[in-house]
Amino acid sequence: MLRTIVRRLLLGLLTLFLVSVVVFAATQLLPGDAARAVLGRDATPDRLAAFRREFHLNESWLQQYWSWLSNLLTGNPGTSIANGLPVWSGVEPRIVNSLYLLIVVALVGIPLSIALGVWAALRRDRLFDHATSTITLAAAALPEFVVAIALIILFATIVLQVLPPVSLVAPGTSVWSHPTVLVLPVATLTIAVVPYIYRMCRGAMIEVLESEYIEMARLKGTPRRVLLLRHALPNALAPTVQAIALTFAYLAGGVVVVEYIFGYPGIGQGLVNAVSARDLPTIQLIVLILAAFYVLVNIIADVVVILVTPKLRTSS
Amino acid sequence: MTAQRETAPPAPRRSRALWLDVLARTCRSRRGQVGLALVIPIMLIALLGPFVAPKSPTAFVGLPYAGPSSEAWLGTDGIGRDVLSRVLWGGREILALAVLATVIGIVVGTALGTTAGYVKGALDEAIMRTLDVALAFPQIILALLLVSIIGPELWLVCLAVAAIHAPQVARVARAATLRTVEQDHVKYAEAFGIPRRRVILGEVVPNIISPVMVETGLRLTYSIAIIASLSFLGFGLQPPSADWGLMVNENRIGIQQNPWPVVTPIVLIAILTVGVNMFSDAVARSALGIEAPIAPPSMSGSDDALGGAEHVATEVPAS
Repeated sequence: MLRTIVRRLLLGLLTLFLVSVVVFAATQLLPGDAARAVLGRDATPDRLAAFRREFHLNESWLQQYWSWLSNLLTGNPGTSIANGLPVWSGVEPRIVNSLYLLIVVALVGIPLSIALGVWAALRRDRLFDHATSTITLAAAALPEFVVAIALIILFATIVLQVLPPVSLVAPGTSVWSHPTVLVLPVATLTIAVVPYIYRMCRGAMIEVLESEYIEMARLKGTPRRVLLLRHALPNALAPTVQAIALTFAYLAGGVVVVEYIFGYPGIGQGLVNAVSARDLPTIQLIVLILAAFYVLVNIIADVVVILVTPKLRTSS
Repeated sequence: MTAQRETAPPAPRRSRALWLDVLARTCRSRRGQVGLALVIPIMLIALLGPFVAPKSPTAFVGLPYAGPSSEAWLGTDGIGRDVLSRVLWGGREILALAVLATVIGIVVGTALGTTAGYVKGALDEAIMRTLDVALAFPQIILALLLVSIIGPELWLVCLAVAAIHAPQVARVARAATLRTVEQDHVKYAEAFGIPRRRVILGEVVPNIISPVMVETGLRLTYSIAIIASLSFLGFGLQPPSADWGLMVNENRIGIQQNPWPVVTPIVLIAILTVGVNMFSDAVARSALGIEAPIAPPSMSGSDDALGGAEHVATEVPAS
């Protein structure tokens, strides 16, 4: 088991390395001159040259990659081309804010989708099951910005005005001090994550409930609550854990749109801003952080699945 | 020669009946009909809209954010353009790009997947490991990265979305191919010395059509969602063009004065994506006899083999 986990970790590191190469290559080798983009069309050749020297834009790409990577690993990802400040100082508070958002989404979304999935499995082919299955199928198709705008119309502008339509947070203060700004972003992302977890949980639960050992336990007269919580649910969790992890890995991309719409000061909004400003060092750092998060969550998912699946846990 | 005649043709003929059969059954199912009933009107609006639009989508016809009137049925947008005309003009690109991106993604993915599954060995490993790296990216990010460097070009958006789909389609196609190559008619075809390319096209591809059809529906849903989201973020069609995603973003500040330039496009996009998803779910049910794999929406990339499409594809009964 330990060997599998170590192997998985090494594979993850390799993936991250390849991702860093891709990110770097994409931002360096493709057409589009960063110096000209930042300084404008009528920048003098002298200024362009000075700019390229300052940001090492005229060295070979291998040199550039090496200095970029070693700086990154020593905690110095460079200065923002857009505002001249260290990239990290602009990105760090955003990471914290985005993590807040993700944690709240996890705390709301995971129990909700498991509860819905288990309940739908227990009431299979009844009204509740059909209703939730249809609604989640529809919800799964909706782009986040459609859900977000619909929620803004319903709760923040036209129909009701009970929640703030944008997450204005004064610089330097934590989003925790304005809990209402979290409500709509969390609701949007919850609607995005529930359908998939719900469906995997429902499917797994139905499979378990139809198995012979549950039938056996039922015939033995095991109380229904014990039957569900002790015997059925744990065995339905392995596929559900996978679904949860995949969903949260997906949130690495999902936060981009949602944070942008609500003006939530997180890493996704930071990425959109950086892309609009063609701020390459910031783009590189944020993309790498999101990719690292994505890879990490996938590794955690695999490890958790190994831990909760007896067959995998005991094999060496 | 007669032997070749007898062995080679049957598979394609049977499979043509198969995909038509799947479509026919889908259209008879209730979910499929609901899906079509949702999708067809929106497609008509998107495709025929420009021909019936009362005004030019870029002409100024009134004050900013004027409410609905007999002159402009849905009012005007933030700089006084006719909302109805812009809505009628604004669906074409989303639809065209989504279909194109899906087709490219499906064709490239199927080609890679069948090749990998058919030749096996080192080439298989090389293709699939490369695709694993592509899958390790949060996928909207990949699109944003490309767009940020090259600029918001439509062909780029289309290719980026196709690139998001191809690796996942390839995994599904490969899994289906691995099952197909074990079947007798493929072995016969090989034994007769039919060239590999023709074996793949004539024997393998027709037999993996069901899972590929399911993927197509799923991918089309995501394509629409991703492309609409990218244009919402301002990385798709550029102003002053009319585009549903862009309209939402341009006019959401004025939502209190005139909600229609925001409400109309999001309702249309919502109906379109939900309809396509309903229809593709129905396709999956009739093609595979089980529920469609659903994955996290739009920005997703995570419905990989562990939880998503391939999971289902590998559980297709052999019959």
